[in-house]
Amino acid sequence: MSEHVSPKSVYYSIFGALMVLTAITVFAAYVNLGNFNAPVAIGIATFKATLVVLFFMHVKYSSRLTKLVVATSLFFLFILLAETTMDYATRGLQGMLPPLQ
Amino acid sequence: MSNAVAHADAHGHAVHHPKLQHHFDTMQQQKEASTLGMWLFLLTEVLFFGGLFLAYMLYRMWYFDAFAEASRDLDIQLGGFNTVVLILSSLTMALGVRAAQTNERKNTVFWLILTIFLGCVFLGVKYVEYSHKFEVGHVPGPNFHSDSVWAAQQQIFFSLYFTMTGLHALHMIIGVVLMSVITWMAYKGKFDSSYYTPVEMAGLYWHFVDLVWIYLFPLLYLVERHN
Repeated sequence: MSEHVSPKSVYYSIFGALMVLTAITVFAAYVNLGNFNAPVAIGIATFKATLVVLFFMHVKYSSRLTKLVVATSLFFLFILLAETTMDYATRGLQGMLPPLQ
Repeated sequence: MSNAVAHADAHGHAVHHPKLQHHFDTMQQQKEASTLGMWLFLLTEVLFFGGLFLAYMLYRMWYFDAFAEASRDLDIQLGGFNTVVLILSSLTMALGVRAAQTNERKNTVFWLILTIFLGCVFLGVKYVEYSHKFEVGHVPGPNFHSDSVWAAQQQIFFSLYFTMTGLHALHMIIGVVLMSVITWMAYKGKFDSSYYTPVEMAGLYWHFVDLVWIYLFPLLYLVERHN
């Protein structure tokens, strides 16, 4: 339940943090990080999303049932993205393996 | 509402909050049920957009060079500006919910109107970006134009761009309509600190739409900018 009323300063701080992180993500895109450009961009976006979910969407102060639903959505999103990606990313490998005896 | 009160009276109970439906015991339980339902809906939305992100990830792995090239054609200033506008609208939304929590009716209406305004600014910028793409032939289909050797693969990028940002914009339009109704209800004094669930649930939806954009911006506009 969010009978909890956050102080306005919390909202302004979170907004400030989101702005700084947006600036960092744009800056990071112009720097050559090799294979790490995409993970950095996704990492920053996920950090921003976490701030929005916890503070703007009040999940930090929500019931455990609500938290469970939020975690469940992330779990199924993980299955959807990770397992399908693992399949597609490794399909070409089959030809490179030594033939089975 | 008057029925609920009459019902309670007929059973000899104390008169309860007029917004409490008869199938709930307390206002807290009623709000908890609404929050749970809203999050279950958002769960389906996560997976709805998740499928699109999955398609994006796979094609990006296969045709990275084409995606990097096409991504550089997007206007990073307009995209960045829209990111700021949308995050700002999440702030005003959160402050609107807070004003409802603390019984400040005028402030609630003020913050909600500001949220609607920022939502419209976002959509306006989106319109400018879309019309530019029609002008330069970046819309997938028979009129697609690109001098790149990756022209065919670039069409896949722009198909995903239009599908993802288009569905996001549709969510924004629905959000603006939803927020207009909530603002009108707030103006009419339907909410106070004991009952503001619709403001908070509409807020959850609005923040979710912001969340989607937080991922769309780096994935579409910032694929590879350092070359």
